[in-house]
Amino acid sequence: MDSLELISILAAAIAVSFGAIGPALAEGRAVAAAMDAIARQPEAAGVLSRTLFVGLAMIETMAIYCLVVALLVLFANPFIH
Amino acid sequence: MIRSPLSAEPLFHLGPVPVTGPVVTTWGLIAVLSIIAILATRRLALRPTRVQAIVELLVTTIADQIRETMRAEPARFLPLIGTLLIFLSAANLISLLPGFEPPTAHIETAAALAAIVFVAVHYYGICTRGFVGYLAEFAKPSWVLLPLTLLSEFTRTFSLMIRLFGNIMSGVFVVGIVLSLAGLFVPIPLMALDLLTGLVQAYIFTVLAMVFIGSAVGTAEKS
Repeated sequence: MDSLELISILAAAIAVSFGAIGPALAEGRAVAAAMDAIARQPEAAGVLSRTLFVGLAMIETMAIYCLVVALLVLFANPFIH
Repeated sequence: MIRSPLSAEPLFHLGPVPVTGPVVTTWGLIAVLSIIAILATRRLALRPTRVQAIVELLVTTIADQIRETMRAEPARFLPLIGTLLIFLSAANLISLLPGFEPPTAHIETAAALAAIVFVAVHYYGICTRGFVGYLAEFAKPSWVLLPLTLLSEFTRTFSLMIRLFGNIMSGVFVVGIVLSLAGLFVPIPLMALDLLTGLVQAYIFTVLAMVFIGSAVGTAEKS
């Protein structure tokens, strides 16, 4: 196997693994804040959880960006042919 | 070797233009949704039938969402926003039917939708504020920030495209990997998760389109 391919595979793994750290922490904080808010104000749970879902999907997108980059490196790498 | 999720094989050629599977799926979706819409609104009556009641519920819900998010009368934006929401929901959920793949799992569909939103933002902005007034908006709060505001126009459209494409594509891709590794019934929970992701992404795409258009029109709430 070419060393360039090896580096690409490693880079893809590193991109996904490190790219997952930030969104994971952020999602944890978002859920914790939402739980806090629901505990204080249970009647607003509907609006809060709807906003939470949208927010979580936005945060998750950061991890998806990393996945897209990893897939680009694996499948559409301009240096490997 | 797993098929690359970033490219699509052409199904047939229409003259010099290769036509891929997602394009055909999109055409089918457009045809089916149009036929349903025409049939559902063919005989509108003051005393609604069951179908008309469902359609009215859908339309008023979308209109209320537009009114809430954009703080504007929804009539101007309802056709675009409603079409986006319905088309995206249908496109993301089409993997429920066996043999179909969501067209939004390919970057071309997502790019086309993001381009539509990009054009619509400037169209509504220019229509509402006039050409000069709309251009002057880019130089606020200070003309020093002009390159940044211009750049953000493109980056936010790009991220809109990547967000939709990445989320749907990753769902399809992960199901494909798990299916090839584990077997027949294992990816079912992941597919259920995909349904949720697809609906949420359709909603988010629409909400972001509303927010972008709202900020171009100048009626969105200042957060």
